[in-house]
Amino acid sequence: MIKQIPRYILSFFLLVLLQVLILNNIQLGGFINPYVYILFILILPFNTPKWLLLILGFLLGFSIDLFTNTLGMHSSASVFIAFLRPFVLKIISPRDGYESETSPTVSFYGISWFIQYSTILVFAHHLILFYIEVFRFSDFFITLLRIILSSVLSLLIIFISQYFYRNKLSR
Amino acid sequence: MRNLLDFLLRIHFLILFVIIEVFSLILLVNNNNFQQASLVNFSRQISGRYYARTANLKQYFSLAEQNRKLAEENTRLMSILESKYKIESSSVEIISDTIHNQQYTYVPAQIINNSVNNRHNYLTLNRGYSHGIKPEMAVISQDGVVGIIKGVSKNYSTVISMLNLDYKISAKLKKNQYYGSLSWDGLNYRSVILNEIPLHADIQLGDTIVTSGFSSIYPEGLMIGTISDFEEKSGSFYKIKVLLSVDFKRLYHVYVVENLLREEKLDLEENLVEL
Repeated sequence: MIKQIPRYILSFFLLVLLQVLILNNIQLGGFINPYVYILFILILPFNTPKWLLLILGFLLGFSIDLFTNTLGMHSSASVFIAFLRPFVLKIISPRDGYESETSPTVSFYGISWFIQYSTILVFAHHLILFYIEVFRFSDFFITLLRIILSSVLSLLIIFISQYFYRNKLSR
Repeated sequence: MRNLLDFLLRIHFLILFVIIEVFSLILLVNNNNFQQASLVNFSRQISGRYYARTANLKQYFSLAEQNRKLAEENTRLMSILESKYKIESSSVEIISDTIHNQQYTYVPAQIINNSVNNRHNYLTLNRGYSHGIKPEMAVISQDGVVGIIKGVSKNYSTVISMLNLDYKISAKLKKNQYYGSLSWDGLNYRSVILNEIPLHADIQLGDTIVTSGFSSIYPEGLMIGTISDFEEKSGSFYKIKVLLSVDFKRLYHVYVVENLLREEKLDLEENLVEL
């Protein structure tokens, strides 16, 4: 556990930089906008204390906000999914439960479980984020379409990144 | 006490979440103009509705006082009306013109917004569709033509003033019926330009220009102004400068005129084209 802390810190910075420098510039038709940085919250190990989860979620969202000049927008969305994470994990837990030393990634629990898990959280995150961004319900369905399309793209990038992780571990 | 602490410990996750989330939202609203504006807007809507309700309620308590004041105001206005404008005593006046078989209704109105210094000047009247005002009705004052109704809301209407570069009306010389089109050149709010009067027409400074009535918006023969200057334009027409009889800077009381037979005339003319 202690050994892994530098790795998580590194991945925090890598994900923030990836999001700010590259993914924020990908705006397909001003419509689809992937947010992959929440992968950090997804892959935190199971034995992370719950309060730490929330604080890390806030720090993560806050650092994205600092770069995009939208203080509070990403923070509230990522704190929300950090809050949601334990419940989602409980709902979709495999029959024999989780081992506390592992983390919720493809390499431990397989791709089909990970798809369920990440789809719920990514969609929840995008839902909160995009509705906070437009801050009204008048264009409800257009925003919903943006949310769905962006979630699909974010999930795609997250799945691909999981295979990089697996390679690193097996090495 | 111990139970309370236990309880707090048990739900620390939820409490922490609420604290951080509220903190984020406060950051959001304080630092992002759009979200701030929407929130303020929303709360203003609610408070506005509340104030409207309470004001509505409060005014019942002062009804007697209000009634007394209104009655006083009424008698004062009546005395002014009696002496000054006898014709205004009823709000809608129907004047039957038996010679031309035309009928016009007049609705008195006040100008509540006016401009003379733009290229496209508009006026606002304190009458709307609840008073029977419709688009394309004529607006006149005691001195002459003012403009034409453009947009109408429940209690207000906007008027395209004669002092508008896009606006043309048909006008004629009162003494010999030569007609032309009148428009503003955007220079001086006291004068407009009358074009298309042929050179063989006999015109003199001070001749009166009136509406031709061809458009079926204005009654025929309504005063527009007097000739203050004229010159020969290239071709066979005069370019006549007309001093407006209406001073747009002093305009307050106007009448909105409806031509009751306008529909009939337009229908007939349309049929003529189809034949």
